[in-house]
Amino acid sequence: MSAEAEVSARTQAARQHAAAGAPRGFVRKYIFSTDHKVIGIQYYALALAAVLVGVVLSIFMRLHLAWPALHLPFVSGGVMTPEQYEALLTMHGTIMVFFVLTTAPQGAFGNYFLPIQIGAPDMAFPRLNMLSFWITLVSFLCMISAFFVPGGAPLSGWTAYAPLSALGQVTGPGEGLGQTIWLVSIGVFCIAMLLGALNFISTTIDMRAPGMSLFRMPLTVWAWFVTAILSLLSFAVLLAAVVMLLLDRTAGTSFFVPAATVVSEQLQRHSGGSPLLWEHLFWFFGHPEVYIAILPGMGVTSHLLSTFSRKPVFGYKAMVWAICAIGLLGFLVWGHHMFVSGMSPYSAFAFSLLTLSIGVPSAIKTFNWLGTLWGGKLQFTTAMLFALGFVSIFVTGGLSGLFLAQPAVDSMLHATYYVVAHFHLIMGVAALFGIFAATYFWFPKMFGRMMNERLGKLHFWCTFVGAYLIFFPMHFVGLAGGIRRYADFTAVDYLWRLQPLQRFITWAAFATAAAQIFFLWNFFWSLRRGEKAPRNPWRATTLEWITASPPPHDNFAGNYPRVYRGPYEFSVPGTAEDFLMQDVPTGPEKGARE
Amino acid sequence: MAHRFSAGPHTSDSQSRQKGAASTPAAGNGKNEQWGGAVAPGMLAVALTGLVGAAVYFFVWGKWGPPAAITPVGKEVDRQYQLTLAITGAIFILAQLGLAFAVLRYRGSGRGAHYSHGNNKLEFLWTFATTVIFLGLGLLGYKAWGAVRLTPASPGAIPIEVTTSQFVYNFRYTGPDGRFGMTDPKLISPSTGNPLGLDPNDPAGRDDIVVPTLTVPVGREIDLLIRSQDVIHSVFVRELRLQQDAVPGLTVPLHFTADKIGTYDIVCTQLCGLGHSRMHSYLNVVSESDYESFLKRQEQLLRQAGGR
Repeated sequence: MSAEAEVSARTQAARQHAAAGAPRGFVRKYIFSTDHKVIGIQYYALALAAVLVGVVLSIFMRLHLAWPALHLPFVSGGVMTPEQYEALLTMHGTIMVFFVLTTAPQGAFGNYFLPIQIGAPDMAFPRLNMLSFWITLVSFLCMISAFFVPGGAPLSGWTAYAPLSALGQVTGPGEGLGQTIWLVSIGVFCIAMLLGALNFISTTIDMRAPGMSLFRMPLTVWAWFVTAILSLLSFAVLLAAVVMLLLDRTAGTSFFVPAATVVSEQLQRHSGGSPLLWEHLFWFFGHPEVYIAILPGMGVTSHLLSTFSRKPVFGYKAMVWAICAIGLLGFLVWGHHMFVSGMSPYSAFAFSLLTLSIGVPSAIKTFNWLGTLWGGKLQFTTAMLFALGFVSIFVTGGLSGLFLAQPAVDSMLHATYYVVAHFHLIMGVAALFGIFAATYFWFPKMFGRMMNERLGKLHFWCTFVGAYLIFFPMHFVGLAGGIRRYADFTAVDYLWRLQPLQRFITWAAFATAAAQIFFLWNFFWSLRRGEKAPRNPWRATTLEWITASPPPHDNFAGNYPRVYRGPYEFSVPGTAEDFLMQDVPTGPEKGARE
Repeated sequence: MAHRFSAGPHTSDSQSRQKGAASTPAAGNGKNEQWGGAVAPGMLAVALTGLVGAAVYFFVWGKWGPPAAITPVGKEVDRQYQLTLAITGAIFILAQLGLAFAVLRYRGSGRGAHYSHGNNKLEFLWTFATTVIFLGLGLLGYKAWGAVRLTPASPGAIPIEVTTSQFVYNFRYTGPDGRFGMTDPKLISPSTGNPLGLDPNDPAGRDDIVVPTLTVPVGREIDLLIRSQDVIHSVFVRELRLQQDAVPGLTVPLHFTADKIGTYDIVCTQLCGLGHSRMHSYLNVVSESDYESFLKRQEQLLRQAGGR
């Protein structure tokens, strides 16, 4: 059989197209590029800009929480007002969830490495890929603009619960034009995500190299693939919900506003809607979104623990099934955000059991990570440290979920800082550790230079210790009844008594945020001055390491690989090296399809 | 084109790449030894052990926690919380210390890695064990949840309506007639003393008492009927271990029996606008006789104001 017949027609066409080489003009090569690698870096740059904005917002929030009467720079009037605090809170959550935790793991690393790891020349739909990035950028600029309109940014939180978000300026400053812009931005973002998800799914199904069976795919590819399926199914629902809420605001519909709603003595002209409908639609998206943020990090962690333990992944198939189980169950647990919302207490109980069930595949992954380390020959690169940190943070953030998954216990912890601790650890910090691990691991491949290990380790220690110092005390604030989303704690005596903890958290947040300078410095310094990276600096096995650093336009300079074995063949007995790359035909053919 | 994808040249190419990687300076033995050093694993093991120590200390002996529960259901919630803490605490300690042990034990000096793809028996064992533990925990939690949410208040419970609006609570008692009067959203007017929009033409509403704080007798079951006029708010009293959103368009019941006299904070936990952090009231749990005099005083005030 000729080699061409072994790959799909789409792959053949893509190979021919890629063989023509990259466009020569600067604009087509670096700006409006259809090369998945360039688009991946564009997504990374967007996420980097977004995370800086998100962190600065959180620093202002922490300052105000610790010292509510403090005069702050850049705040009109000096002392932050409650509505300004709520606007920062809304934008911090929105920017971090959508433009950092969704774009960096999937848009940046998934875009860059999924095609290479399966031996493809590009994504299935390169123009669509370009379009999804540019739409995301438009959405981001639109979101930022909400700060600068009359009334400012919305104050309804990243969850935008109706009717607060549905009635316009009357419910608060920022609920006018700011909230409308927020909704438009999120709607546009949904479109970008849907296009991106289609691309990821098609590419994984249709563009794999000969021999790359599904069970020979790296766990990173599995994670990106399942994440794309989650995106396709969940962002479609959010898009519909956002359109409905926009119609409630502008066209006089009443999807989410019931009759007899009176704000400031004004009877609203709505009837027949349900605020709980918004909550259901939002969380039907919102819970899978948590997994959209964290699954790629789980994939990267599995990948790195195996590589730097010089050992195959423990229970590869169990890991694949766990990713799929998390993906499936992730759609059946949204109600745990709504235990005290007024929905049926019977369904709360069902959601509780389903939520506890999702702990099972999560535990399987953790056990398998420990199993991968067990008996290994560990190499403590910065990337490995972040992967190990991911495991620790994932365990800590995951276990607090077992409390919140029980409606009776949730009745005392819901909407407290306990929840803030839980989701920041499991969704924010763990996902960021995944992003950092991926950055230190793949930077040599993406930019052809090594990052500085000494600075990297300094960055790791500050971030690992700092993250725990920020978020661990929040559990105790929450247990004591400290309420989240409060602009300050001056009105209630018992809340004010928790202020020492709040101040401690603020100091820890300053230190940890400041330590990110080490990362930025390392990143930009290494871009120009880093040691030149060889093809395979980590002695890893997957296909991105068989090609040049950085890879050529068509990824493999015409030498498209054929795959002979699974992705994690380390320390195979009877081989000279302690790793067997996927495209090397000699040696045992583990996971063979033929 | 075809020869590029054929096995022959491709094989030698990929084999040379594999060798090439091994001999590059960046991946040479010097770097490997640096990565295999004892500093990073030692620090990580210390950090993880410190984390476990701090967590155990603060969760077991720490001074931050909720005040004592004042209802039987609240005490049941506490038991379920303690059980969950014991189970998750054990998993937490084992997992973090297991990670610490693994990085120390396998820090890569000398020995080669053990070639293994896993162990199906272990996979089955921990899948089974976590399923039983997690779902068992959830089933046990049914008791505390069901006692409030799946069981209606008993017929003798005192009904009190809670109405939320930006950024206040109003509590309505039926008055001597035992019935709530009708309300009309068009009549809602806090500025003229009718925050609930009570209909003056309904005789049942004439004796309704409307107050900004919640006063209840100790040891009597209270049946709260929670409503909202504008956006979603919430009612949370940590001593009750109860929280319930107030949703426009819904009347959500919530019942409790407080067994300790005292004053407790009621706070809003659902982001409701710029005054969210100021939305605050009190639950006064008083003796039966103090409750009677509270009602009498309110009825008297209502008469002095000329009724409705």
